[in-house]
Amino acid sequence: MAHSSDTPLKIALVGNPNSGKTTLFNALTGSSQHVGNWPGVTVDKKEGRARQGGREATVIDLPGVYSLAPYTSEEVVTRDYLVIEEPDVIINIIDATNIERNLYLSTQLLDIGVPQVIALNMMDLVRKHGDEVDIEGLSSELGVPVVEISALRGTGLQQLLQQAFEAADEGIPPFFNRKFSYRVEDALAKIAKIIYGAVPPEHLRWYAIKFFERDERIWAGAALDAEHKRQEDYTAHRALLGQIEGIVAGCEAQLDDTAPSIITGESYDFVERVIARTVNRTVEERTTSEKIDAVVTHRLFGLPLFVVLIFAIYYVSVTLVGGIVTGFMNHTFIGHWIQEPLMSALTRGGAAVWLRSLIVDGIIGGVGAVISFIPQMIVLFLLLALLEDCGYMSRIAFLLDRVFRRFGMSGRSFIPLLISTGCGVPAIMSARTIEQESERRMTILTATFMPCSAKLPLIALIAGVVFGGVWWVAPSAYFLGITSVVLSGLILKKLKRFKSKISPFVLELPAYHWPTARNVALSVWDRISSFVKKAFTIILLLSIAVWFLSRFGFEGGSFVMVSSLDHSLVAHIGDLFAWVFIPLGFGNWRATIASLLGFTAKEQIVSVIGILTSGQGVRTSAPSVLALFGGQKVAGYAFMAFNLLCIPCVVAVSTMISEMKSRSWALFTLAYQLSWSYAVALMIYQFGMLMVTGRFGVGTIAAVVVLAGMLFALLRPASKAPEDKTTPGVVLS
Amino acid sequence: MRTLKDIPVGGSARVLRVQGAGALQRRIMDMGITKGCLVKVRKTAPLGDPIEVKVRGYQLSLRKADAALVEVQ
Repeated sequence: MAHSSDTPLKIALVGNPNSGKTTLFNALTGSSQHVGNWPGVTVDKKEGRARQGGREATVIDLPGVYSLAPYTSEEVVTRDYLVIEEPDVIINIIDATNIERNLYLSTQLLDIGVPQVIALNMMDLVRKHGDEVDIEGLSSELGVPVVEISALRGTGLQQLLQQAFEAADEGIPPFFNRKFSYRVEDALAKIAKIIYGAVPPEHLRWYAIKFFERDERIWAGAALDAEHKRQEDYTAHRALLGQIEGIVAGCEAQLDDTAPSIITGESYDFVERVIARTVNRTVEERTTSEKIDAVVTHRLFGLPLFVVLIFAIYYVSVTLVGGIVTGFMNHTFIGHWIQEPLMSALTRGGAAVWLRSLIVDGIIGGVGAVISFIPQMIVLFLLLALLEDCGYMSRIAFLLDRVFRRFGMSGRSFIPLLISTGCGVPAIMSARTIEQESERRMTILTATFMPCSAKLPLIALIAGVVFGGVWWVAPSAYFLGITSVVLSGLILKKLKRFKSKISPFVLELPAYHWPTARNVALSVWDRISSFVKKAFTIILLLSIAVWFLSRFGFEGGSFVMVSSLDHSLVAHIGDLFAWVFIPLGFGNWRATIASLLGFTAKEQIVSVIGILTSGQGVRTSAPSVLALFGGQKVAGYAFMAFNLLCIPCVVAVSTMISEMKSRSWALFTLAYQLSWSYAVALMIYQFGMLMVTGRFGVGTIAAVVVLAGMLFALLRPASKAPEDKTTPGVVLS
Repeated sequence: MRTLKDIPVGGSARVLRVQGAGALQRRIMDMGITKGCLVKVRKTAPLGDPIEVKVRGYQLSLRKADAALVEVQ
């Protein structure tokens, strides 16, 4: 399958996580890359173009994997791409400082039979230790070219690409003749005979090994007897699978081990032999990373250090940059520099009143509110990207796993929760790094309970105006968020819905290294650009819709641009729903509308209150705001709690839906968030009123019932986990 | 039967086999914890779980529940 020279080559980049794969991809493709999603799974799909000697190739950055087993979505994406889509050539990047585990993946890649080249990365570090790798020897052991590179410094890349082009042009599969033990090879040969003709001939050995391992996906997807399968007569097919099962079971009995364990064990044994012949390494008792970890993950200092670090990041991005720059962006940049000049220009140009209002208040006001958060998000993401790139993130997961596991999450859930205090959208996206499906979903579901920066104005309004600046109100908002995450985790992890197939928590603690400017910049750009894209699409449309609903209505019997919000369409909608909030203490149309409009963007809550209580501007007097809550501070607090915990803004919701990849999960999440916020606000208002005024009524009883239900959900025994399917059933679709 | 979970911090042991089946067994073995290899237990996380081990020249962390699946000599 030699490649014809007129279409661009397809180069697949494969390697372990932390092998420098992203750095290599960035170095090969520069700014030509774009990110997408593999269909059906939440795994990034990155593509870019690389040039060498006047030729061009498409480089596909496959997700980092340790193996081609069928168990994580990363593994499935990678192997499906390699075996089904068939790139012209594979570049297998190997971290030379961690050569043993990296070569284990190589053995599986070489079995596939696609032309490939090995890029041996970080050899400079190996030499610094005084170690050496016989590159020629490695190349002849594995039967493919091995090229020494430094992804970081960009050396060896031209040679790598040239070798890749040559391998693709020749189209010769790797000359890889590693042998398993006699009994395994015997079984593989018999299996190969059975499946011959039913699988692509160039991947025969790969399929034989996968059949031997009882790989669920291969067994379920195979059509061993194509002719009969078409006639819906599976008898022959089943008989063949039965034969294979007999061969595998026989071999397992002889070797007293399970088939996957035999293959994995013998593959590592093979790697050990190759390394013994080609690598000269001095065994080091403690590496530099371990010395750093002696402090960073220390039993006593580890956690305090972590707290200080996170506090510093939070202080710099949210308090320093957020407080100063976001205010500047909102008032000065958007308000004085854009809205005011634009307004006068439009007025001079003779634009109609409604058009001026649409552009200045509707579009720029709406989108601008979101854009204002960008500087603070850049700083937050920059600091997080630094931690990510140097290797500290996996240490955080190591430190905190114990805590989060209790709430049905993993140590990796901390990062999404932290980002969520900035913005829920990137937070939900960052949950992708959590391998276990139920832990990932739990993280997505609870992440937006944390008060994001768009909710800060609401907290400030309630703390400052309603409570007259009492110190405890603002911190209590965070307490409310954290408590909701914890309690929801405890309650929900007991549901059957959250019991997924058991998979182990195996977490590599990669060697520390200095972050690279390019990786950090690209990571920040990835996150910011998707946020900006949403601001100019969904938020733009919604801003126009909100503007229309709040500016138009019936006055004097005809549909006009209203002079008072009381007559607007939005007021009528508010009246329609206000009764829902009576038990929460704010059952009037103004507070209702503020909450409803909060779904477009949480900043809206405060600006709507501003408009509705004073008629102009955000500056509102305490009495007029308190009037919203019937003069009860407790109702104001319940209003804040409801809006903090409720369904996040529409941008976050759309992100949540796409990341959940399931309508049932998305609906469950929305229903849960709505019920949780309502229940918490109900208890706050009813018990608060009981304590403050001594009022006891139907509402109080309802709150007691809700509290009892919550306690029951917390304390009841968990439902059982579904049985782990160990042997794949021979099911054909 | 001794498992990796029973090895004290600072100790080391050779792997006999990894129990379990399917993803559970495979994920642990894919990381290099296979029959015959030497695993050193480096430390326990501040809250007592997970543990950090050194295997095949790199640092790996796994939960105690999963370490209990690794039979050692």
